[in-house]
Amino acid sequence: MNAQPQALDPAQETVGTPFIDDPKISTRHVDVWYGDKQAIFDASLDVGNNEVVALIGPSGCGKSTWLRCLNRMNDTIDICRVEGELKLDGEDIYDRAMDPVLLRARVGMVFQKPNPFPKSIYDNVAYGPRLHGLARNRADMDEIVETSLRRAGLWDEVKDRLDAPGTGLSGGQQQRLCIARTIAVGPEVILMDEPASALDPIATAIIEELIDELRENYSIVIVTHSMQQAARVSQRTAYFHMGRIIEVGDTKQIFTNPRHQLTENYITGKFG
Amino acid sequence: MNNTDIVRQSLKRRYRKERRFRAYGMIAVATGFLFLGFLLTDIVTKALPAFSLTELRLDIPMDRESLGLAEDAEISEDTLRALPYSQIIKKSLRSLFPDIRKRKQKKLLYKLISSGAEFDLRDRLVAHPEWIDGPPQSLWLTADDDVDTWYKLDTQVSRIKPLQAELIQALETQDRIRTAFNTHFFTRSDSREPEMAGIRGALAGSFWTLLVTFVITLPIGVAAALYLEEFAPQNRLTDFIEVNINNLAAVPSIVFGLLGLAIFINFFGMPRSAPLVGGLVLTLMTLPTIIISARAAIKSIPPSIKEAAYGLGASKMQVVFHHVLPLSMPGILTGSIIGMAQALGETAPLLMIGMVAFIVEIPEGVLDSATVLPVQIYLWSDSPERAFSALTAATILVLLGFLATMNALAIFLRKHFERRW
Ligand SMILES: Nc1ncnc2c1ncn2[C@@H]1O[C@H](COP(=O)(O)OP(=O)(O)OP(=O)(O)O)[C@@H](O)[C@H]1O
Ligand SMILES: [Mg+2]
Repeated sequence: MNAQPQALDPAQETVGTPFIDDPKISTRHVDVWYGDKQAIFDASLDVGNNEVVALIGPSGCGKSTWLRCLNRMNDTIDICRVEGELKLDGEDIYDRAMDPVLLRARVGMVFQKPNPFPKSIYDNVAYGPRLHGLARNRADMDEIVETSLRRAGLWDEVKDRLDAPGTGLSGGQQQRLCIARTIAVGPEVILMDEPASALDPIATAIIEELIDELRENYSIVIVTHSMQQAARVSQRTAYFHMGRIIEVGDTKQIFTNPRHQLTENYITGKFG
Repeated sequence: MNNTDIVRQSLKRRYRKERRFRAYGMIAVATGFLFLGFLLTDIVTKALPAFSLTELRLDIPMDRESLGLAEDAEISEDTLRALPYSQIIKKSLRSLFPDIRKRKQKKLLYKLISSGAEFDLRDRLVAHPEWIDGPPQSLWLTADDDVDTWYKLDTQVSRIKPLQAELIQALETQDRIRTAFNTHFFTRSDSREPEMAGIRGALAGSFWTLLVTFVITLPIGVAAALYLEEFAPQNRLTDFIEVNINNLAAVPSIVFGLLGLAIFINFFGMPRSAPLVGGLVLTLMTLPTIIISARAAIKSIPPSIKEAAYGLGASKMQVVFHHVLPLSMPGILTGSIIGMAQALGETAPLLMIGMVAFIVEIPEGVLDSATVLPVQIYLWSDSPERAFSALTAATILVLLGFLATMNALAIFLRKHFERRW
């Protein structure tokens, strides 16, 4: 184990292809601090339309931090400070004119641990649309709930017990409920922070299949610790290391032919 | 000697230590229960006599002449209220014992009946105006507390004269004396006569006082807790506030009483002895408790729920009012009930603001003069009549009953709504 973190060249550029044409989200030179401690250094990365980008890297390297910048979830942490240029469809995410509430309706998030509200399955899914007034009447809402649950692959399992509490579902079902809840708002981008880490292989497979389907309509950024998972679901992969984006490239290329030594070390299991 | 043996030896010692420790614990618990048992037995045995009253059966003639009602007088509530009931009762007593002629003996005879019995008789006649002009009514009227004590408990009590004892025995042979359930205890207010005294006034006073406390503390407490937990920036000022809330919870309650006296009564000129002021003083006292418990309840809500709501685009207010508040409500209510229970048992600060007066009227609002249950206990425990000590114990029992119910409710709420995420 040569787990000794190598000193990184501060001026080092990200290796590979962080930038793409016509990005959905683009970030340039992003620095993030928690108080005095810098967690992200000069990170630049684009996310395209209808693509799944996987973020991999050792624990504590800043994947979640970077992900949470994209929908300003970091705003809820008092000590967190974000600098740099982050754009969604060319609009500055951290601009004053950007309302975080609207932003989060456009950029949805699925968390590591399934976190359904202690309400009924129906109300879990209906909560977001209700917040934003997306349904004009009950029938509308029923429709939104049904399509969201269908797309999350949960409808058949819960259609007879929509009034049952969401917390009473199994872990995998809860996570799919959370995904349904996120897509019910009709976001453009979905951020997923280790969505399958608390699930068994079968539930994981269902979620992965789901991600693949969702790609048709959304841009997805997924943090994962499973390289197989990254390989299975993503088109591009970014390797994070100690707050820096070391390498970005096509998923296949990253896993078969990494260009940076650190990426290779991580993928081959030399550390991480 | 190998390692296993060493471990085995030390194990023995460790187990012995454990057994000893468990024994200590059991002794401690047993001691606690023993004291509680003593206390409860003592209170219950002392309180039991208060729940029954001795009554005498008197035949009250219902003709107008005996009642002192003019032939042509119309029967209305006013006229009925104004009848000379004391005379009527005395006359009826005399008719039972025609042999008693001497003034002194008559006086002793009259003393068998409670001086409050006339009010009972009046109330019954007002309720039954159709009795007038009818046959004599045989009515049970409350006996004097000395008779009560003598008849129920203790024939050695010297306050009953030999003649009176004879009279009571005569009444017994005529089936004219009995003990019945003491309704006065629950329907009447304080009185100089123990057999006419009840806790209704104190109960009403406690109710109004706690109502004021609850209505003011809950919103202020919840708002303060929500602000401190969810909105306030983490800085020196909030730390300072937090420390001082905890300090406030430890301030002796009498200090709040003095504060209330100075501010609410002397400065704002609010009425003395009023539940409004009592409630305000108790608010000062319970507020820290409620803020602390509400903050704990709010803190216990998993951040993942809040994150989920934020992630869907809920604003801070929406997160607080859709999720944080509803989910922490059971905990907040539990804390409030416990705070209310404390307030219910509080005596000292209320003494300071004059809720210790002798009040016969049942308070009908937050501005009427009133006293509260624990103060009533304090007042009666001071009275010399033996019957009052039974009333004191009975009131303690009632107060303990309320406290136990409130605490049970709090435990129920906590158990019932306890969530695991
Ligand atoms: N709320 C916070 N306050 C202070 N420091 C934080 C906070 N959240 C994260 N950090 C720090 O920022 C750095 C990056 O954390 P982050 O959670 O982004 O890592 P990660 O790559 O998601 O790790 P993991 O794979 O374990 O989830 C870590 O050093 C962490 O200690
Ligand atoms: Mg993370």
